[in-house]
Order: sequence, then C-alpha cells, then structure tokens
Amino acid sequence: MAQQAVRNSFWKTNQKALAPWLFLAPGMIMFLIYVIFPIIESIYISFFNWDGLAPAHISQLTSKEFVGLGNYRDLLDDDSFYTSLWNNLKWLVLYMLAVPIGLFVALFLNQKVPGIRLYKSLFFFPFVISQVVVGLLFSWFYAPGFGPLYAIIKSMTGSETAILASDTMATYGIILAGLWPQTAYCMILYLTGLNNINPEQVEAARMDGARGLTLLWNIILPQLRPATFIAIVVTVIGSLRSFDLVSIMTGGGPYGSTRVLSYFMFEQALSEYGTAMGYGAAIAFVLFAIMMIFISFFIYRMLQQERNS
Amino acid sequence: MFPKPIEKSAPWVQTAYKLSLPIALILWLLPLIGIAMTSVRPAADLAAGNYFGMPSGFAGVENYSAVFKNSNIGYYILNSFKVTLPTVLFAVGLSCLSGFALAVYKFKSNLIVFFMFVAGNFVPFQILAIPVRDLSVQLGLYNTTMGLVMFHVAFQTGFCTLFMRNFIKSLPFALVESARVEGVSEFKIFWHIVLPLMRPAIAALSVLVFTFIWNDYFWATVMAQDASVKPVTAGMNELKGQYKVAWELISAASIIAALPPVAMFFLMQKHFIAGLTLGATKG
Amino acid sequence: MKYMKTLAGLALGLGLSASTAMAGEIVLNSDQTDPAPKKAMEELIAGFEKANPDVKVKWNNIDHEGYKAAIRNFLTADAPDVAAWYAGNRMAPFVKAGLFEDVSDVWKDNGLDEQLKSAAASMTIDGKKWGVPYTYYQWGIYYNKDVYKKVGVEPAKNWAEFVAGCEKFKAAGIDCLTTGTKALWPGAGIFDYIDMRTNGYEFHMDLTAGKVKWTDPKVKAAFAEWAKITPYISANAAAIDWQDAAALLSQGKAANYVMGNFAVDTFKKGGMTNDNLGFMLFPEITAGIPRAEEAPTDTFHIPSGAKNKADAKKFLAYLASADAQTAMNKTLGQLPVNNKATVGDDPFIQAGFKELSSAYALAQFFDRDAPADMAKAGMEGFQEFMAKPENIDAILARLQKVADKVYK
Repeated sequence: MAQQAVRNSFWKTNQKALAPWLFLAPGMIMFLIYVIFPIIESIYISFFNWDGLAPAHISQLTSKEFVGLGNYRDLLDDDSFYTSLWNNLKWLVLYMLAVPIGLFVALFLNQKVPGIRLYKSLFFFPFVISQVVVGLLFSWFYAPGFGPLYAIIKSMTGSETAILASDTMATYGIILAGLWPQTAYCMILYLTGLNNINPEQVEAARMDGARGLTLLWNIILPQLRPATFIAIVVTVIGSLRSFDLVSIMTGGGPYGSTRVLSYFMFEQALSEYGTAMGYGAAIAFVLFAIMMIFISFFIYRMLQQERNS
Repeated sequence: MFPKPIEKSAPWVQTAYKLSLPIALILWLLPLIGIAMTSVRPAADLAAGNYFGMPSGFAGVENYSAVFKNSNIGYYILNSFKVTLPTVLFAVGLSCLSGFALAVYKFKSNLIVFFMFVAGNFVPFQILAIPVRDLSVQLGLYNTTMGLVMFHVAFQTGFCTLFMRNFIKSLPFALVESARVEGVSEFKIFWHIVLPLMRPAIAALSVLVFTFIWNDYFWATVMAQDASVKPVTAGMNELKGQYKVAWELISAASIIAALPPVAMFFLMQKHFIAGLTLGATKG
Repeated sequence: MKYMKTLAGLALGLGLSASTAMAGEIVLNSDQTDPAPKKAMEELIAGFEKANPDVKVKWNNIDHEGYKAAIRNFLTADAPDVAAWYAGNRMAPFVKAGLFEDVSDVWKDNGLDEQLKSAAASMTIDGKKWGVPYTYYQWGIYYNKDVYKKVGVEPAKNWAEFVAGCEKFKAAGIDCLTTGTKALWPGAGIFDYIDMRTNGYEFHMDLTAGKVKWTDPKVKAAFAEWAKITPYISANAAAIDWQDAAALLSQGKAANYVMGNFAVDTFKKGGMTNDNLGFMLFPEITAGIPRAEEAPTDTFHIPSGAKNKADAKKFLAYLASADAQTAMNKTLGQLPVNNKATVGDDPFIQAGFKELSSAYALAQFFDRDAPADMAKAGMEGFQEFMAKPENIDAILARLQKVADKVYK
C-alpha cells in the first residue's frame, strides 16, 4: 500500500516530464525501426559486395564480402549511373514547370461563376489517381500505331514518332506524364493561397494603378510565398522520387536511356536481373545525399519559422 | 480578389470565359477521357483501328465484367483495402499521440525529434528498401499484408506527426494550461480536451493517407508477390502483362483501380484539400 | 538484432505466419499466366491430385515477368515446396547459394537418368541433379506465307538470300523482320542465332560464359551480319511488346519474326492458320558451321526451405513421367523432355521436333546461358544496336566493361 503511494507520487511529480515520451514512444519506435535504422543499415550495406542470397541476411555479412568504397568506385565508372544522374537533373528542372503552370491554372480558375467548384475539383482530379494509372494512360496516349498523340503527330508532320521508343524523347515523355498530376497539386496549393489573400492590399494597389502582371508580381506573389515554398518542396521531392512512371512506362528503356537513380537502384538490387544489394545501396545513398541537400534546406527554413513564432 | 472578378468585365469576356472553362477541362482531362472511352469500346473497334472515333457500340458491361472474371483484380482491390484501412487507422492514431507530445510539451530534444520525423518523411524509398525487405523476411512478414501495413504505418507516422503537431500548435494552448491548473492528468487532457478538437485534422489526414497508401506502387512491388497479398497497383502491372494489346481491358482495369481514391476524394473533398494545403496559407 | 527477435516473437504471438503448407499439401509457385500454360498447369495439378489423393496442391501463379524477381525473395523468405525455374546457368546461383534441394534420388528412383537423358547435362551441377525438366520448345523464324507470296519471295536457304528478300519486302512497304523488345528478351533470340550461325555454338557458349571478350573481332563480325538487316526491322521495336509485334506479322505488315514456338498461339489468335503461318530454320550464315538451335528448357525444383519435401518429390516424379509430359505438352503446344512421351501431331511441334533432334547442339537462350546482370546489359545493347547500329563500338566496349565486373 505504502509502495503504491510512493509510486503514485513519483508519477504525480514527474508526470509532465515523462508524459511526452510515453506519447511519443509507439510512433517513434516504429519510425526508428522502419526508417531511421534502415538508412544506417543501407549505408553499411553499400560497403559490401552482397547478392542477397548468401549470406541470407544483412546481419551475417562478413569481411569476406567487405569491399570498402569499391561500390562507389564502380559507380563512378558506370555509364548507367551518369545517364541516371543526368535524367534526374532533367526531371528536377522540368518538373519545376508544374509550379508556374499550376499558378497559371489557379489564376484561371479563381473566379466565382456557377459550377466553378466542380471545375476546380475536376482539374485537381489527376492528382488523386495513382501514378501507375497515369503511366498507363500516357503509355496509351503515346502508343505507336494507335495512340492519340502518335496520330496527331503523324497527321501534322507525317512522321511516325514513338516517343517512348526514342532515347532522346522518352524521358521527356515520362516527365510530361508526371507534370500532369504535379501541376494539379500545385494548382490546389495556389488556389488555397489565393483564397487567403488580403483583399484590402490588393484593392489599395489597384487604386495606385497596379494592373495585371505588375500587380501579380509585386503584391500577389509575395503573399503567395508560403504556397510557393510548399509547391517547390513537394515538386523537388516528387521529381527525385520519380519511380512509378519510369517503371510503368518504359522500365528504364529504350536501352536504359530513361533510367533515374531510384529506378536504377531497383534494377540493380531488387529486380529480375539485379541482385547487387551492395551496389544498389550505394546508388540509394547517392540519391539520399542529393535529397538531403533539399531536406536540410527545408528543415532550416522550418527552424527559422519555429524561432520566429 | 485576384485576378479581377470576371463579373466586372464586359459581357463578352464573361461569355468567353464561361465557354473556355469546359474546353480547358476537356483538354486537361483528355488522357482520362480517352481511357474511359476505350474502356467501353467493343474489342472489334480496336481491331478495326477505330481508336478514338465514336465507339461502335457500348461494351462497358462486357469489358468490365471480363476484367473481373479473367483476372485477379477483385482480390487486388480487396488486398488494397486490407493494407490501406489498417494503415490509416494506426498511422493517424500513432501520430495523434506523437503530434500531441511534440506540440504541447517543452523538452530539450523536442525539435530534434520533430525534425527527425520531418526529414525521415522525405527520404527516398530506395534507401530503406533493402533493410526493410530483410527485416520483414526475418520477422516472417515478407509477402504478407501485415508486413506492408507495418512499414506504411511507420513511414506515414513521419508525415502525420508533422501535420498533427502543427495542427495542435494552432489550437489555443490556454485550454491545456487551465486543465493542468485544475489537476487534470496529462492523459485526460489529451483524451478529453485535445482529441475532440483534432477531428478535422484526423479527417483530413485519413483521406490523405488513404490516397497515398492506395496509390503506393514501390512497396507493393518490393514487399508482395502472391496474388493474395498484392495491392491493386502492383496487380495492374501484372494485368498490363496479361492483356498486352487488349487496351479496352487495361483501360477498364485502370478505371477500376482509380475509383476508390477518386470516390474518397469527392466524398471528403473539403478535408482532402485542407490536408494537402496545410501550410500553404501561413508561415 | 535483438529487437528483431522480440518483434518476431510479437508477430508470431499475434498469430501471423507466412503461407505455410499443411501436411499433405504442397505449395507450388510458378509463372504460367498466359492462357495455354495456365491451362496445362491446371491439368497437371488435377492429374497429380488424382494420382495422389492424399496430397493437395496450393498453386501460386505469379506473373511471368515479376516471377524472376520474386523467386529470389521467396526462396530465402517464404519457400514453397515446388518452384518453377529454368535449366542451365540460370539455376546455378540458387544451387550455389544452397537454395535448391538435390533431387538426384528422384532421378534414380524413377529411371529419369534414362528417360530425361537429353536434358540431364543441363540439370547437373557438381554431379548432382537439381530439378526436373518437363518441356522445351524450339526457336526459329515464323513467317507470313501470304506476304511471301504477295511480294514474290521464297523462304531463304542462306543469309544472303534472306537479306535479298528483305530488300524486296522493304520495296513493298513491309517490315522484313519484326520484333518487340520492350521486355528486352526478344532481341536476344536474334543475337543468339546470328552469333551461333556466324561463329558457331562453342564460340557463343564461351561468350556467354565470359571466356571470350565482347570486343573480340569475331563478335564484331556477328554484329556486322546483323547490321545487314537492321534497316529492315520494324521501327519502334523498342517501344512495343512481343505480342504487338506478333500482331504486325498476323496483319501482314511484317514478314518474319524470330520467335519461340509459344508464339504460335498468339499468331493464331491474330487470325493466322496452319496454312499461312510458316516456320523455317534460321538460315546459315558462315557455310559449314554445324547447326545449333535455341531450345529453352523449363523445369521444376524443390527449394531447400520446403516444408513438405516428401510430397514435393512425389510431384516431381509425376511431372517427369511420360504420361504427364505427353498430356501437358499437348496443351502447351511444346515438346516433352521424356523420351517415352508422345510428341503432339501439330505441324509446328513436329517441325520443332525434327529441328531439335537433328541439331548439333542446343542453347538455352541468352538470358539463361549468361548470368543475369550480363544478360540484362547484353539485351539492352541488342536493343540499342537495332535502333542505332552505328553505336556498335560503344555498345561492345560497354558490354565488355560489364563483363569484366560480372565474371570477375
């Protein structure tokens, strides 16, 4: 009985210090096991030459399989790696088009006419569909012989262009498919942003004679900065994560010309012809390092906000 | 309001705008409309080269029932639900707890823990894939619905915690303070005071997580192999292999696979958009 | 790793477990999703269950392309009792990692050493047998007789005639040779044949085994022969699947297709019949080289992690029997491995039987003869070569770079 009382009072006095950790524990443990620890493990694997079969598990890796930086050296000598990097860069730059186009569509739709709500939802539609379906949709769109786009190009220029069979065009074809849902996402961010614009400031600027683009640039865009920030963050992350579309639409082909790092890693480590776990882990680490640049920037921004609030 | 409200423009501009809306929409949704039309086309149309003219007849019933009859898509859809629903429940549940902890308590490592969740939420899947697969193999969870759910819950907890924490931060803190003064226990504060106020955030997150998980393809490919486990995204890839040139069937299957998140979106649109645009207005 | 064990205990405590077989049940994983193989498999299982009423088969049918990745996972993680795979080099990594069970006893007890003699070599590693073959099929050139007649070309007796024919088809606006390499492997069939006809079987085997360099002048010579027909291969081949290309042949837009006999089913679905679908051997390139053919063999194995090995062995024994192979290959439209089995009377199967039984040697196919990562790089190279033959030197240099790493 007495002990019970002691425990109770211990709980009473320390409740505030212990409570956050009790609340955090379940989520944090899961997150550590499935996200944080695997990152470290992947970096560890990248120093080994391992096929995933013998030994059967990571924990059994021995010095026999250890290759130090060997996988990274091989990467630097691998043409596919440079192709993937270069394509990642294309994705990164072109995917950014989703931000201005999304803004443009948002401005177009930011009116109060009957039925506009439905229009907004329908414009947003592509984002809700899985990328697998988007990929199939665009594969059909481009398909040689019967794809609508193929037919349009043929009727206009007479040339038979199979976008996904061409090593120069296929990546752009996939990015275009990716831009479709991503633009919808940016649009919805901007529509929300536009909804919350300070009307007085806009009116005041109009009184001062600001119109059209000047008004947009000087008054509206600064107010949309939070929306722009989030749009850029999700677009950057989305472009580096591009895997689904590449996998569905070309499988990295023709002859490896549409590879990106995420797909290259999958191919090398987890696919039909790839069993090089260590090599795959090294590729994943490079992608992770690139992503970390953006993540750090994002965290830095958030940290500043936290300090200010 | 920006741009200038259209009703203040000349009548012809207004008419032009109203006309341009449906045209723009049709262009925007062209790939989707094309697929929808293809999915109800008789196979004979495709064989005869009638790919985008008017369908010669309505074969929707045949095509859709053919997809259900000759493929595993019914199972795949069911599998997707079996993965998605528990993930939504647990990811949102866990993040209510962790979001509350990070929003309400001031302790030394608060920001570090918070940023761990935020950063983890953005890492590329590929850096997790090999260890997560290996872990699942060791736990006997590889190629099981449970294995997929465990990973998804853990990963989504990152995003959900970020979301919940920011949401709770925006609630009036005085509520918590005054309850503490009255000696209400921390758990009761969470359960009786904060949780009821979190309903909109819970709704928003639930729809979002539902969509994310339903549409996941990478993990479905890496972690599932049997038809009894495969979610519909991975299953679609298989159907693509099975049907090859039968585009009317692939199209029908695509529409079926897209339907649940689309329905979710239209039913819960307000919450969905509130969730996605969190942070787009302030900051 | 301790936390993993704790979690494992937790998971087990919650009553979760992978697809475990009951006693008297065997789990079988395979990849027969195309209609004919699927039906053959269903019949095989029904036949086995009838012959062994105390054993039930739980069949996981996994999509063909995905299976090759899945098998690596399930062999280590969640082993079935029987798994489909391929003969030759393709099974070597699993045998070496100790993932396949030695089934020499099944061979001995059922007299298979005699009955499956033709495939014994390709099932043997370190003097032991690692699986049971049940079917194989020929490759060759399938052609559209109507198109040949229309353009006025006779089936080629040698490479020069074939190339000359291509010229005529081109003039008539028809693709001389079609293929669809989106999934990469169809291109390898063309390469295997051109290399075997130019440099012979032994050289080709040395190349796939990494004993000859890709930069060897003889390899280049083979590609030079290939270059003679690249202008006549369907454009956009890289963007289409093999079935799409099969449709081009059926519709008369293409004349020839280097394919395996499984494609006959697809050609016929596209409207072709025994009357206008032709089959010929791949023509001779270097005169006097003994004729080798492609004949991939499909097999079943027992994973070493299987839970019900006794019944799995019964299944393999049944699968190896002459009756089972006769029935199964009749549905598959392929050739039985068991020499006591009856070969079907379909003209293409008969042609294949004649082709293969008179061949000097049989190759398994590029992606089975070469290690997986070499195969992938090679097939990408073939795909690129058909689109851009001028890149040949860069392609071969790249392949040699991959080979240096793979065969290290």
